[in-house]
Parts: sequence; C-alpha cells; structure tokens
Amino acid sequence: MQITCRINNREFIREIEPDLLLIDFVRSLGFKSVKRGCDTSNCGLCTVWVDEKPVLSCSVLAARVNHRIVTTLEGLEEEAKAVGRFLAKEGAEQCGFCSPGLIMNILAMKKEFKTPTTDDIKQYLAGNLCRCSGYESQLRAIEKYFDLEGKNQ
Amino acid sequence: MVQSLDEAYELLAQDRNNVILGGLLWIKMGRKQYQTGIDLSGLGLNAISETEDSIHIGCMTTLRQMEISPLLLQWFGPLFSDAFKGIVGVQFRNLATLGGSVYSRFGFSDVITALTALDTQVRLYRAGVVTLSKFLNMDQKRDILEKVIIKKQVTQTSFQTLRKSATDFSILSVATSLCKGNWKIAAGARPSMAILAENAAGLLSPEPDEKTIKAALDRVVNELSFGTDQRAGAGYRKLLAGVLVKRGIEAICR
Ligand SMILES: Cc1cc2nc3c(=O)[nH]c(=O)nc-3n(C[C@H](O)[C@H](O)[C@H](O)COP(=O)(O)OP(=O)(O)OC[C@H]3O[C@@H](n4cnc5c(N)ncnc54)[C@H](O)[C@@H]3O)c2cc1C
Ligand code: FES
Ligand code: FES
Repeated sequence: MQITCRINNREFIREIEPDLLLIDFVRSLGFKSVKRGCDTSNCGLCTVWVDEKPVLSCSVLAARVNHRIVTTLEGLEEEAKAVGRFLAKEGAEQCGFCSPGLIMNILAMKKEFKTPTTDDIKQYLAGNLCRCSGYESQLRAIEKYFDLEGKNQ
Repeated sequence: MVQSLDEAYELLAQDRNNVILGGLLWIKMGRKQYQTGIDLSGLGLNAISETEDSIHIGCMTTLRQMEISPLLLQWFGPLFSDAFKGIVGVQFRNLATLGGSVYSRFGFSDVITALTALDTQVRLYRAGVVTLSKFLNMDQKRDILEKVIIKKQVTQTSFQTLRKSATDFSILSVATSLCKGNWKIAAGARPSMAILAENAAGLLSPEPDEKTIKAALDRVVNELSFGTDQRAGAGYRKLLAGVLVKRGIEAICR
C-alpha cells in the first residue's frame, strides 16, 4: 500500500507493507534517533509525535500515519539540545540510550504545562524507563529546565 | 480502513483471523497471526460528546482523551484521570482506545472498574445497547463495540488502587461513587473483572457515620470473591479491599 506523510517537515510518499510499524518505517528513512527498548509497549524509548502528540512508534502501524504529521528528535534539534544540556549537567546522561525518547516526551510535556509540579513531571514521564540514572538526576535536570523556561516566558 | 460499521462487521464475520484494531497495544503482544486488520479510524468514533441525558464516548477515543476531558471532569470528577494515570505512560494512553480496553474484558482493567461505578451502557453493532455488566457477562460472540454511553448526572467519585510500582497492573482497584444519595462500590483486579458490591453500597446513607461505614466494609469483603494470582493472594486482596473501599468512601464524604 502507498502512504503519504510529513516527517520533520519533509514529505514522504512510500510503498509499505500493511503490517509495517512506524518505528521501523522512520528508521528505514534514516531517523535513527528512534530506538526500540522493549517488546511490550512499556519503555518509551521509541517516542515520536504524531500530529504533535507523543506516542509509542513501536505500537503504531505506519499505515495509520497516512496524511499525518510525524516528528522525531531530528526535527527538533535546537529544543532537544537545550534539554540535553540540562540532562548532561546533572549527570543524567549515562549510556544515553533512553535520551531521545525522554527528550521527545519532555518537549511534549512542555506544550501542555508551563510550570509543572514535581508530581506532574513524574506522572507525565512515568512511561519513560531509564536503566542507568535512577531517575533522580533526570528529575533534577527537568525541574531546572522548566524553571528556566518558566522564567523566559 | 473501512468506510462503515457494516463493512467492518462483514469483514469480521468473513474470517476468524480478521481482527478489529484498537490502539494495537494488546494485539501486538500476542503471537497470533492475523489476516486482515480492520481499522475503524475513519468513522468519527474518536470523540466524546453529550446528548440531553448522556455522554457518548466513541470506541476509538483514547484513554488520554478521556483523562483530560473537561466534560468528563465536570460530571464525574477526576475519576478517569485518577484511574488511568497509572496505565503505563502518556504516550501509551495516547494510543490505547476505550473500545479495545472494554472489549478485551481484562480482569485487571482499571478502565472497566471506573466505568462500573457509573451508570454505563455499551452499544454493540450486533447486540445493540446493553448495560456494561450485561456485556461483561455475555457469551463472547464476535461483535463490534461502537461506543460507551454514560448517564449524565453529577457524580462524586473516587478511584483507589494499589500497585507494586507506579505503572504496574493494579493488585486491586476500587471505584466508589455517590450520585443522588446512592452509592456504588466497584472492585476490580480481584483478580477477576470488576463487579459492584451492591449490598455493601445499600447500607450506606448519603452521609454515613463511622459505624455505618464499618458495617459496609464488613459486607464488602463477605459479598465479593477474591482470588490468588502472581501479584497477590486472596487473603491479602480481601484485607486490601477493606482499606481501599474505606479510603474511597472517606474521600467522597470529605
Ligand atoms: C504493557 C501493558 C500494560 C497495561 N497496563 C494496564 C493497566 O495497568 N491498567 C489497565 O486498565 N489496562 C492496562 N493495559 C491494557 C491497556 O490499557 C489497553 O486496554 C489494551 O492495550 C487494549 O487497548 P487497545 O486500544 O490497544 O486495543 P487492541 O490491542 O487494539 O485490541 C484489544 C482487543 O480488543 C479488540 N477490539 C478493539 N477495539 C474494538 C472494538 N471497537 N470493538 C470490538 N473489539 C475491539 C481487538 O480486536 C483485540 O482483540 C495494559 C496493556 C499493556 C500492553
Ligand atoms: S520500544 Fe518500548 S515502548 Fe516502544
Ligand atoms: S541513561 Fe542509560 S538508560 Fe537512561
């Protein structure tokens, strides 16, 4: 089947198998920031946006993004770098495998919350697993990031 | 993607290996191979709307949509946001559909527990409109769940659950509601599916004193059955039921 969609502001028209998953579709197009960390829709590493909403690309059929807008980390370079700096400063990037998915979800959260509480953050990001950091350093980084963003607004 | 429910049902009836696609999250976990996936995305069934006396939620509505819906909040308080917030993560709940969550009739379902504490019906393509509890106990004929219909009446609610970690399955979930002086107490993940503790709820007055609450709690644990699975034993669940129902009632009375 043929699908047409916009990924990171570029139009793609491709012939795909009906059971192709979005994660494998975007990776095949070179968007390698999108990673697979589990088999059970549970880790959040594969987070991308479809029509601006964060979803698990491992659990979406590519056929379902026909005529829709997909965003991966590659499409949000500047914003991602800003978040990345906070993570690095708190020592929250260890192996870094979880970062692309985490950053995509932090940036999605920023669109819904201006000044999130610690509980808001924990809740919004509960579906992003990290096997290295123990989450404390991530949480510090994210709180500082939102503090600064709040002041800039 | 089908153009109508008639077409969807025709496809479903054609081959046992054809399947309705909700958010795909559960389907994807299995090893079963399917022939044709039937996508209802194009039928406008992904919205929450209201009529004179009820709220209609299409089967393709996501759990996240329900969780942040001002309309649901206005009538039923934070029931759905409290019930759904522990289901994996936001990205997951942007995909998981109401139809897939109800039709799969999981014992552990927080979704079904929450809906059980309200006056809820489901509309099926073949069987028509039936109450949620009738649907849950029906023979599992292949059908399509078109939408969920909830009676529109201001209801005070509380959702209580215990999980081993923030996003694990509930060991036990309890939804409590008070509407026009009538209480409902629904318990799910017992580990079997949610049901109402009708006798216990019947003991409660609109503003129960401590003695009445105690009597209702005793009734709950005798009235409902609890089982054992890898998450917890029946005895533990029974103790937990008393605690969660008490918290639920108190949250509403406060
Ligand atoms: C890792 C994981 C953890 C979970 N944790 C929880 C939890 O803590 N609490 C909780 O309540 N739930 C939990 N769930 C269940 C989850 O919330 C969803 O209910 C579940 O994934 C099904 O939703 P779906 O839309 O993805 O359905 P699908 O997986 O697409 O479908 C599930 C079944 O329903 C059928 N179906 C779908 N839509 C319809 C329809 N309209 N009519 C008829 N049949 C239909 C499908 O054919 C399929 O058989 C969890 C699921 C997973 C995978
Ligand atoms: S790869 Fe783990 S949630 Fe998608
Ligand atoms: S830094 Fe290694 S998984 Fe998060």
